[in-house]
Amino acid sequence: MTRIDDTFARLRAEKRKAFVAYMMGGDPDMATSLEIMKGLPGAGVDIIELGLPFTDPMADGPTIQLAGQRALDGGMTMAKVLEMVRAFREGDATTPIVLMGYYNPIYSRGVERFLKDATDAGIDGLIVVDLPPEEDSELCLPAQAAGMNFIRLATPTTDDKRLPAVLTNTSGFVYYVSITGITGSAAAQAGDVAPEVARIKAQTDLPVIVGFGINTPEQAQSIASVADGAVVGSAIVKQIGEGKPVAEVLAFVASLAEGAHKG
Amino acid sequence: MPDDLMNSYMTGPDETGRFGIFGGRFVSETLMPLILELEAQYEHAKTDPSFWAEMDDLWKNYVGRPSPLYFAERMTEELGGAKIYLKREELNHTGAHKINNVLGQILLARRMGKERIIAETGAGQHGVATATVCAKFGLKCIVYMGATDVERQAPNVFRMKLLGAEVIPVTSGRGTLKDAMNDALRDWVTNVRDTFYCIGTVAGPHPYPAMVRDFQAIIGKETRWQLEEQEGEGRLPDTIVAAVGGGSNAMGLFHPFLDDKSVNIIGVEAGGHGVDDRMEHCASLTGGRPGVLHGNRTYLLQDEDGQILEGHSISAGLDYPGIGPEHSWLHDIGRAKYVSITDTEALEAFQFCCRTEGIIPALESSHALAHVMKIAGDLPKEHIIVINLSGRGDKDIFTVAKHLNVEMKI
Repeated sequence: MTRIDDTFARLRAEKRKAFVAYMMGGDPDMATSLEIMKGLPGAGVDIIELGLPFTDPMADGPTIQLAGQRALDGGMTMAKVLEMVRAFREGDATTPIVLMGYYNPIYSRGVERFLKDATDAGIDGLIVVDLPPEEDSELCLPAQAAGMNFIRLATPTTDDKRLPAVLTNTSGFVYYVSITGITGSAAAQAGDVAPEVARIKAQTDLPVIVGFGINTPEQAQSIASVADGAVVGSAIVKQIGEGKPVAEVLAFVASLAEGAHKG
Repeated sequence: MPDDLMNSYMTGPDETGRFGIFGGRFVSETLMPLILELEAQYEHAKTDPSFWAEMDDLWKNYVGRPSPLYFAERMTEELGGAKIYLKREELNHTGAHKINNVLGQILLARRMGKERIIAETGAGQHGVATATVCAKFGLKCIVYMGATDVERQAPNVFRMKLLGAEVIPVTSGRGTLKDAMNDALRDWVTNVRDTFYCIGTVAGPHPYPAMVRDFQAIIGKETRWQLEEQEGEGRLPDTIVAAVGGGSNAMGLFHPFLDDKSVNIIGVEAGGHGVDDRMEHCASLTGGRPGVLHGNRTYLLQDEDGQILEGHSISAGLDYPGIGPEHSWLHDIGRAKYVSITDTEALEAFQFCCRTEGIIPALESSHALAHVMKIAGDLPKEHIIVINLSGRGDKDIFTVAKHLNVEMKI
């Protein structure tokens, strides 16, 4: 059982939907970023998705691209992201942290070394956008062996024939990408998402969380109502990018969490 | 497996799209079903005589193939050693080798029923080729081009627009080829159902590196019979040389000769201001290390944390921090040798070719010429070198003028 599994067990018992918040590690700087991260559980965030900055984020829209660029310009590195996680863990032993990013920084560090460092720091799961099931031997299988969850993206183009392959080595939860597109795109519609979530749930017992195109508390509520929870990323990152004070960012996050929890 | 097949360098990639450890399919799940469909379509087309009949017809009547294999007599005399032939890919319609591959991919797109074509371009040659073939077949064409390149390759931007393409300047990152490829991938993931991504080089997720190579291999196949025609039956080149950015013109020349052990194969990377730790070059093999970007594992220019570096080259077409995965493999196993040439050396070769042969070469191809200028004099007269003259240099005259401190008024 990982922290992620524990969290979903608790949410199920409480009959509540999950709220997952994404933030870019080190945006706009490491101190501010850590302060925001520490405030997330108090704002109602059940799972933290922490972005690992990368120069070439091919699945991300401008909002998250710019956040990554700000972090890198500020000197953010993999080592500093891990340092942030360790600092967070000093005051929070239960909130799951999922590291989300692209494969090259991980490959560059070396998979074995990365998994050891990430596990030691207190990371619970990984979402690596450019590793489809066809490349499972690269990181997915070693990560599972190291006791870490490997969370896979399922998308509108993942048809029934392909879905079993996507679900096979997935653990923790399934992240359903509500649209074909990049992060921060047009709003997802609950009516379109509901049958897709049902289609995935027919083939797995894992919780299904929906992300991409969710920007407001109302959307978070309506999407969460047809799934096991909702993810918001770009809308939060946008506020950080606009230089909003930490308290204001966290108040916005709390409104999203409230929406998702009502779903 | 018979011994000669086991020793073949031409059987790759394997079923996972790998050449040794290089290649693969490192893309997001949204694209994966489409990539598998593309692979299936290509595997089918590859063995379909009607597909190749259509290609042959277009190559001959639309592109003007075969491109000549030309004995560069004065260049040979001036360098005073090896006998130099130029494979005249610059004489193709649109002025470069790029159209060989574009035709193949657009025929595939038509078979798959895709009506919206996207492409990335650096120097603009691949963009022009894609816009050209889309115009011919009445397909919608969108070309992503780094804002920096839009500026330094203005004539090609205008050409693409004349041909009916929409050119989207890419401002993310530093606005060069790498960033154009990122934005093309973002477009593809958004419009995956009706869009075909026409990649311009032997990189990207499997099956692109193999597919683009197969379409470009016409260069090497023609070279083989053309040289026999001029030098006698069975005569192979002793050395073949091509410039390498992503590496499609080089792979096209090299691949048909991989199993001819007597043929020396040399790829020439862009050394920019020199291959050292300032990283002001685009020599992925001589100055980078393996990593994963744009769908494949290959040698990349990157920092110690795995962040991708921009590099630099005088030539927009070589300004890319990666290289096709098959080149990475050929480099590691030692079947091909990779060297680098600086901006200054390429500029000298550019002028040398103009002066001795009356041919204005692309700055990309000038890198290959520059390396031959270094080695030809020390080789015996019976040693035959074939250089892939991959593109013509009209597009580069403004850049060259600037570097030669000549002010051009238009």
